[in-house]
Amino acid sequence: MKQLLIFIRKETYHIFRDKRTLLILLGMPMVQVLIFGFAITNEITNARIAILDQSKGEMSQDIIQRLVASSYFEIDENLRAVSDIERHFRQGKTKMVVVFPPQLQENLLRSVPTQIQLVADATDPNTATTLINYASAIIGRYLQEQNQGNAPPLEISTDVKMLYNPRLKSVYMFVPGVITIILMLMSAMMTSIAITREKELGTMEVLLVSPLRPSTIVVGKVIPYILLALAMAAIVLLLGAFVFGMPIRGSLLLLMVECVLFVITSLSLGILISTRTETQQVAMLISLMALMLPTILLSGFIFPIESMPKVLQVISNIIPAKWFIIIIKNVMLRGTGFNFIWKETLILLGMALFFIGASIRNFKIRLA
Amino acid sequence: MLPAITADKLTKRFGDFTAVNQISFEVKKGEIFGFLGANGAGKTTAIRMLNGLSRPTSGQATVAGFDVYRNTEKIKRRIGYMSQKFSLYEDLTVRENIQFYGGIYGLPLKDIRHQMKQLLANLGMESYARTLVKSLPLGWRQKLAFSIAIMHRPEIVFLDEPTGGVDPITRRQFWEMIYKEANEGMTIFVTTHYMDEAEYCGRVSIMVDGRIAALDTPKALKEQFHADSMNDVFLNLTRPGRQHA
Repeated sequence: MKQLLIFIRKETYHIFRDKRTLLILLGMPMVQVLIFGFAITNEITNARIAILDQSKGEMSQDIIQRLVASSYFEIDENLRAVSDIERHFRQGKTKMVVVFPPQLQENLLRSVPTQIQLVADATDPNTATTLINYASAIIGRYLQEQNQGNAPPLEISTDVKMLYNPRLKSVYMFVPGVITIILMLMSAMMTSIAITREKELGTMEVLLVSPLRPSTIVVGKVIPYILLALAMAAIVLLLGAFVFGMPIRGSLLLLMVECVLFVITSLSLGILISTRTETQQVAMLISLMALMLPTILLSGFIFPIESMPKVLQVISNIIPAKWFIIIIKNVMLRGTGFNFIWKETLILLGMALFFIGASIRNFKIRLA
Repeated sequence: MLPAITADKLTKRFGDFTAVNQISFEVKKGEIFGFLGANGAGKTTAIRMLNGLSRPTSGQATVAGFDVYRNTEKIKRRIGYMSQKFSLYEDLTVRENIQFYGGIYGLPLKDIRHQMKQLLANLGMESYARTLVKSLPLGWRQKLAFSIAIMHRPEIVFLDEPTGGVDPITRRQFWEMIYKEANEGMTIFVTTHYMDEAEYCGRVSIMVDGRIAALDTPKALKEQFHADSMNDVFLNLTRPGRQHA
């Protein structure tokens, strides 16, 4: 026990002496959250649109006001003729043009089917789709309100309700994702590097010749990194909560326990990598290629697993991050308790035990 | 008196390659035993089998009276080891290195504090206790590494090319330290490829291609090979064409 504490203290010196790495490690989660939060965002605010109002009525003015009031849109210009639309797009000033037909008001009052045209610049398909959706929703809601009381009997309207994330904020998606990546990177890469560094320097031999038990070496190596990883998870959560208003609806304790479980899974992966590699560079490359990429691409963080080909869907099951993302989304957004995520937790636990077993076996083999 | 180290037909194979081929020798207590050989002759592999890092393929060996197959844990408490690569932590201070290595050998804090004082005084490094090891000159670091490797007073200390890249004066001082410990009863097992250092050893074994080609005192070896220096003995043994004769 005393030896373990001595080892942990030594490892802590390593971490704090390497100021640059420490700065990168602590700065990285902040930078990632801020970049994901501000730059890579699926929601759109203040998109510049143009209006071609051929009806010049009260109703089109109301709709325009609603669009502006939503803060999603900003009116760039009022066009005069249909021919202006093309020119306007070519100048690249706007993302979308709303065209009100001449007899909008009259037709609507007489219940004659009529159309408001939304023209979007689809060179950027995601933005175009999002803008069209936003605008349709706003216009639809307006028309619905106008129809109240004298609604035509057969008209069906859909009422969309987005649960847990009503404003479809992308922060809700990337905070769990960034936590996952950070914990994975931190735990797996840093431990594999920390262990291979001792091999490269030759100090590992001296440790193995000493009466220290291999398990003490491994545990002493990883404990400081578990703490560091949890500190980073806390940074991401705090930034998510205070800068982007990300809620934590479930139990914070449960969230932390799950984080620890995921960290242990990643750490054991890191140890496993280090038992197979001799140099820091190889360990880093393997961590990046074999762990980071699948974590980003196949965990459901950015690309929905449901829309992947069957093969990739099956492969995604062996990625610890997939299960962890499901767990933290449940805890943070839906506020569910342990009874809803015990299955995923069990899977993670199984993976952790498997990797720990495998890495301890491999670590001992090096000794023999 | 039991010998400190015995090896009997100790062999290590990696696949088809035989790194160490049936070596047999005995090292007496308090002896300075030189283990010579060209690079790749199998010196490091032999050391690694004796200190428990590597499992022998066949043959028998005991260290401090314990079997290297079954009692590695007991052996580890009784030996010190200085590896070929530099074995201190460069980003730790002198003092932190001493505390760490003392600690992992289970020395009580009071002993560590006492030893640290003495060790620093012997090396004349009292004012460098809080200096990072990486800013010390190489010679100082090697002397420090040796002092730390024997801090827990091992019965036997294995030194794997301890003086590589060190200037002659520091090497001299290093050997004085080794002599002092040997006089106090510590067994020294040292590999080197500096032939002048071989002259300092009590007995010397010369490894060629995984085998022990010669084993005796430096004086006897020089007589046997009609050579003036250990350097000539070594060249005589390792010269191409000579080794299979």
